[in-house]
Amino acid sequence: MGRKILLEKTGIENINTYEVYRREGGYSAVEKALKKMTPEEVVEEVKKSGLRGRGGAGFPAGMKWSFIAKPEGVPRYLLCNADESEPGTFKDRFLMEKIPHLLIEGMILSSYALGCNTSYIYIRGEYMWILRILEKALEEARQNGWLGKNILKSGYDLEIYVSPGAGAYICGEETALIESLEGKRGNPRMKPPFPAVKGLWQSPTVVNNVETISSVVSIVNNGGEQYASIGLGKSTGTKLISACGNIRKPGVYEIELGISVEEFLYSDEYCGGINNGKRLKACIPGGSSVPILPHYLVTKTANGEQRLMTYESLADGGFATGSMLGSGGFIVFDEDQCIVRNTWNFSRFYHHESCGQCSPCREGTGWMDKVLKRIEYGKGNMHDIDLLVSISKNIEGNTICPLGDAAAWPVASAIRHFREEFEWHIKEPVKCLETNYGLVKETELEA
Amino acid sequence: MPKVTIDGVTIEVDEGTTIMNAARKVGGEIVPPAMCYYSKLDKSGGKCRTCLVEVTKGSDKDPRPMPKLVASCSTPIMDGMEVSNKTSQKVLDARKGVVEFLLINHPLDCPVCDQAGECDLQNLSYEHGTEGTRFEEKKRVFDKIDIGPFIQLHMTRCIMCYRCVYTADQITNERVHGVLKRGDASEIGTYIEKAIDNDFSGNVIDVCPVGALTDKTFRFKSRVWFLNPMDAHRNCDKCSGKAVVWMFGEEIYRVTGRKDQYAEVEEFICNTCRFETKDLAKWTIEGPRHISRESVISQGHYEMQPLKIENNNEETK
Repeated sequence: MGRKILLEKTGIENINTYEVYRREGGYSAVEKALKKMTPEEVVEEVKKSGLRGRGGAGFPAGMKWSFIAKPEGVPRYLLCNADESEPGTFKDRFLMEKIPHLLIEGMILSSYALGCNTSYIYIRGEYMWILRILEKALEEARQNGWLGKNILKSGYDLEIYVSPGAGAYICGEETALIESLEGKRGNPRMKPPFPAVKGLWQSPTVVNNVETISSVVSIVNNGGEQYASIGLGKSTGTKLISACGNIRKPGVYEIELGISVEEFLYSDEYCGGINNGKRLKACIPGGSSVPILPHYLVTKTANGEQRLMTYESLADGGFATGSMLGSGGFIVFDEDQCIVRNTWNFSRFYHHESCGQCSPCREGTGWMDKVLKRIEYGKGNMHDIDLLVSISKNIEGNTICPLGDAAAWPVASAIRHFREEFEWHIKEPVKCLETNYGLVKETELEA
Repeated sequence: MPKVTIDGVTIEVDEGTTIMNAARKVGGEIVPPAMCYYSKLDKSGGKCRTCLVEVTKGSDKDPRPMPKLVASCSTPIMDGMEVSNKTSQKVLDARKGVVEFLLINHPLDCPVCDQAGECDLQNLSYEHGTEGTRFEEKKRVFDKIDIGPFIQLHMTRCIMCYRCVYTADQITNERVHGVLKRGDASEIGTYIEKAIDNDFSGNVIDVCPVGALTDKTFRFKSRVWFLNPMDAHRNCDKCSGKAVVWMFGEEIYRVTGRKDQYAEVEEFICNTCRFETKDLAKWTIEGPRHISRESVISQGHYEMQPLKIENNNEETK
C-alpha cells in the first residue's frame, strides 16, 4: 500500500466541513508556519522537498517561488489554477470536492511564503458546484479566523477569492488565466515579461496548480526532507493520477512517484488491468496533450528498462519513444479502440479551444481537424499522412503559448507509432467505418 | 549600450529595444517581415508569427541559444545577442509554414480586392510562400456585416492581426469593435450593425495589412496602381492634415495616411480628410509620394516635380 498524503483523509466522513477537518489536525500547518516560521523558511522547505509543479510542466515549485520579483510597494499575487480542462484529467476536481480545506490551507501557506495579501482560485466555469463548495469552505475558514486581518495575531492579512472561468481550455495557460481574471479576453500573453515579474495587474504573480498548493500543507507539517524521501530522484512526493479508459478500475489514485507503470496499470490496488480481459493497445500517460505510447513502450522504455511513473522515466527516449507525466491523466486504450478516431477527437478539441490569437495554432489546428476527419471517415489520401506530420511540425514551437505544441504532439506521435492504422483507414475506407464500434455513419461527414 | 548582431550585422541599440526595431535600424534585407506588429500601436505584435527569428546566442552573460524561434517584434535584445533571420534555414522554413497557415483560409480574391497592389500578405506570400496549396478542405467563410457608412469589412480576408482593435483602442475615444469568438471562428465584429462612427475610425483601413477593412468611398473605383499618389496637406482642426491623395488625372479617388517603407502610417488622419475631402481644390499638393520601385504602384508613377496647380481656395491659403 503506497503512502498517501493528499488523499490520506478523504475517507473520513464529512471531511469537507471545517469542524471535521480541524478535528483531524487541519490548519495545524498554518499555525506552525505563522507562529514559528518566516516566509523564507517556508520557501526553503518547499525547495528542500523538491516538489514539482503538478499542472503538467513539472517545474520545481520552490524555484518558481524564488523567482518572484519583490519590488517595494507593489502587491504580489498567488493564483491557484483550478481550470482543469485537459481531456483525461480530473484529479483537482476530486481533491477540491472531497477536501476543500486542504486547498485553502495550502493557499494560506503559499500566500504567506510569497508575501501575498490577496489570492485567487481560478476555477473552470463548468465546476460551478465546486465553486460553491470552495466558497462555503472559505466562509468557514474566515469565520474561524484563518482568513482576514491579522491571522492568528501574527500580523499577516490574507483574503482568498474564487473566480470562475467561462469555459475555455486556454484559460488554464497561466498568462491567459491572468488575462481572464483581469476581465479580458483569455488570450495568452507574450513572454517575457514573465508572470513572476509582471502578472496579474502588472504585479508579480505566481500561478500554481491545485495539487501543488495542496502538497505544501504536508511539506510544512512534516518538513521538506520527509517529503523528498518519498519518490525517486528528482520526482519527489506523491502524485494524483486520474486513470480512465478501458481499465477495470478507473478513478483518481495517489501514487508514490517511482512505482512502475506496470504495477500501476495491472495491480488491483490501482487500475486493475485492462477491462474484459482485452489486450493493451496504447496509453497516454499524462493527459491528452502528451504523446501517445504504443503497448510495447508503455511498461518498458525503448532500451528495455522498466518504465516508472516519474517525470524522467516517462519522458525517457524523448518524443520518439517517450511521453510525459504531464498533468497525470492516464488514458488507456484496449485493442478495440481506433487510434485515428481518438486522434481526430483530440484534434477537434484543440481546434475548438484554440484562442485564435496566433496564426499557426488558429489555422493549423483547424486544418488538422479537417484532414483527420476525412481520414477517419474513409475519405483520406496517402499524402494526407505526411501532410499531417508537416502541419504539426509547422505548429510546434512556433506559437505564443504551449497550446500549439499540445495540439501538435498527439497527432505527430499517433502517426509515428500507428502509421499503419492510418494507412489502413485510407486503403480500406469501408472496413474502417464498419469496425469502428458502429458509431460512425458516413452521412456525418457531410454535416 | 547593448550590442546585437543580426545576420552578421552588429549594431548598438538602446536597452529594451526589440529585435525587430534593431533590425529596422539597420534596414534592408535583414528586417523580418511583420503582419501584425505596428510600431505606432502599443502592445501590437507577437500574433502573426511571420517575424520569427532564431537566437543563436542569448547574450554575453548567458550564451545559450534560445530553444525555440522567437517573435522578433516582442523579444527585447540582450547585450551580445546573436540573431539569425535570413541566414537560418529553420527560420525560412517556419516562415513558409506561417505563410501557408495565413493563406489556407484566405479567399485569395486579389483580382477583386481593393487592397491588391498594396497588400502586405501579397508581398509576404510572394517572398516566402509556395506555389500551389496543400489545403483541400472548404475555406472558412463569415456572414457579412455592415459596420458603418465608410468602412467595408470583409471578414473572410482577415488574418487576425488585432491592429484595428489596438488602433480603435488607442487612437479613438471609444472602441466599438473587437474580437468575437475564438479559434479559427474568431472574427472582428461590432456585434451591432453600423456601429463604427467616430472621427478617427478610418485609420483602421490604413493599419489593416490585408483587404479586410477597406474604404467604402473608394470601393471598386480603380486599381491602386492606376492612380498617382501625391503628398498633400490641408488645414484640418482634427488632425495634422498631412495625407496622400491618390489621383487619376485631376480627380482624387481616395485619401490615405502617409505610409513609410514598413507600410506604417506616419500620422493618423481624421475621417473628414479621408472620406469627405475629395475636392482637389481643398488640398495643397506637395509632390509625388515616394513609392518603392519594387511596388506595382510605382509603374506609371513618376516621381518628378509635378506641374504647379493653381490654388484658388481660401481654406488652404
